Amino acid sequence: MTFTVWAPLLLPFLTAPLARRFAEALAPRTAAWMLAGTAAALGGATAVSLTLLTLTGLLRLPPVAALGHLSPRWLPDGSPYTAAAAALVLLTVTALALRTVHRQYADLRRARAAAAQAAATGQLTVLEDERADAFALPGLPWQPGRIVVTTGMLRALDGPERAALLAHERAHLTAQHHVFLALTEYAAVLHPALRGLRTPLGYHLERWADETAARATGDRALTARAVGRAALAAARAPRPHRPGLAPAAHTGPVPRRVAALLAPEPRPYRHAPARTAAAVALAACLALTGSTALSATTDLHHTVEAAQGETHH
Amino acid sequence: MPELPQARRHAGELEAQVLAALWAARTPLTPQDVQTALGDGLARTTIATILARLHDKGTVGRTKAGRGFAYTPTVEDQAGLAARRMRSELERGQDRSTVLARFVSDLSDDDERLLRELLGEAS
Repeated sequence: MTFTVWAPLLLPFLTAPLARRFAEALAPRTAAWMLAGTAAALGGATAVSLTLLTLTGLLRLPPVAALGHLSPRWLPDGSPYTAAAAALVLLTVTALALRTVHRQYADLRRARAAAAQAAATGQLTVLEDERADAFALPGLPWQPGRIVVTTGMLRALDGPERAALLAHERAHLTAQHHVFLALTEYAAVLHPALRGLRTPLGYHLERWADETAARATGDRALTARAVGRAALAAARAPRPHRPGLAPAAHTGPVPRRVAALLAPEPRPYRHAPARTAAAVALAACLALTGSTALSATTDLHHTVEAAQGETHH
Repeated sequence: MPELPQARRHAGELEAQVLAALWAARTPLTPQDVQTALGDGLARTTIATILARLHDKGTVGRTKAGRGFAYTPTVEDQAGLAARRMRSELERGQDRSTVLARFVSDLSDDDERLLRELLGEAS
């Protein structure tokens, strides 16, 4: 029990950097699925592990033990402080996760209310704003998503570039990219090591939409120009000071996206030994996380059964 | 005449492109102007049909121009308010989690230089 219950809490520190490295070797769509899937799996295992640690502590409390007809003698050893700490962490991350859900929902509701007052046709909403901006506003099951574009952005691009921009945003909505982002956001709340997956996921989702737009327009260079000119137009507008955004010393995501579009379409199955090794290592980490979480759960279950059996005889 | 691939696209996508072209222009556009602006080989009759449909929905207004019409997007009373509200929503989202996927993120000075090189533009 001791090792298996702690493993899901420790493995993300190893697995998340592996997933980041591995994503670089994959096509955008595969990379996005892999990153969001890894985040969801590791976040889930973290929640299981914290719950088990908390339960182990709770079962040792005399009233709980009496309620479950448990013989304390048979229960697993464990420091009450560990259980109390696990309970505290579990409560905190649950509260933070609920706050994230609430914020995301409130942000979307307000953005949708603002969009509802603007000029619209079908999927497109136009905002009269000279600052260049564009984004996909996710829908709800009963409400379709919207593409929101400012007049500043529309005027910065020519007709075919605008078609590429619309195809890019449509790709976000069609493939439900906001679900990938939301899941990874929750996972990052559950385990700090998973925070590092958000930026690469965001990048690969943009690349995915870029590739879809390039296929829709049938012109990679045109799509590259649309992305590049949109970014330059957006950068021209004076922006409010952003404390969270340090000046990047490395190459930012937009030039990388443009360069990727100017290169030939990535081949989905390039065989590279390094990539295979990364895939095997990642799969092993995920399998170990899953099996330890499962084994810790089974252990606790057996222990409780044994402790119940003891009081009945 | 063989049908162009663009003509088979979803009607909603074409409507969006036409409306985007009207918003990008600062003056009313005739169907021919829209055809030139889109620059992707759509038939003028297709564009005229889309414009008529947008006009029926009240999304665009039109004025007589020669033998036909010139179209301009209908400006909503609350359009400026909508833009301001959306701006404040986006600025609020800068420092916290958001599920809105922005088309382009910010550029550093190096990014901007590199981007201009990639696009073959003089800085």
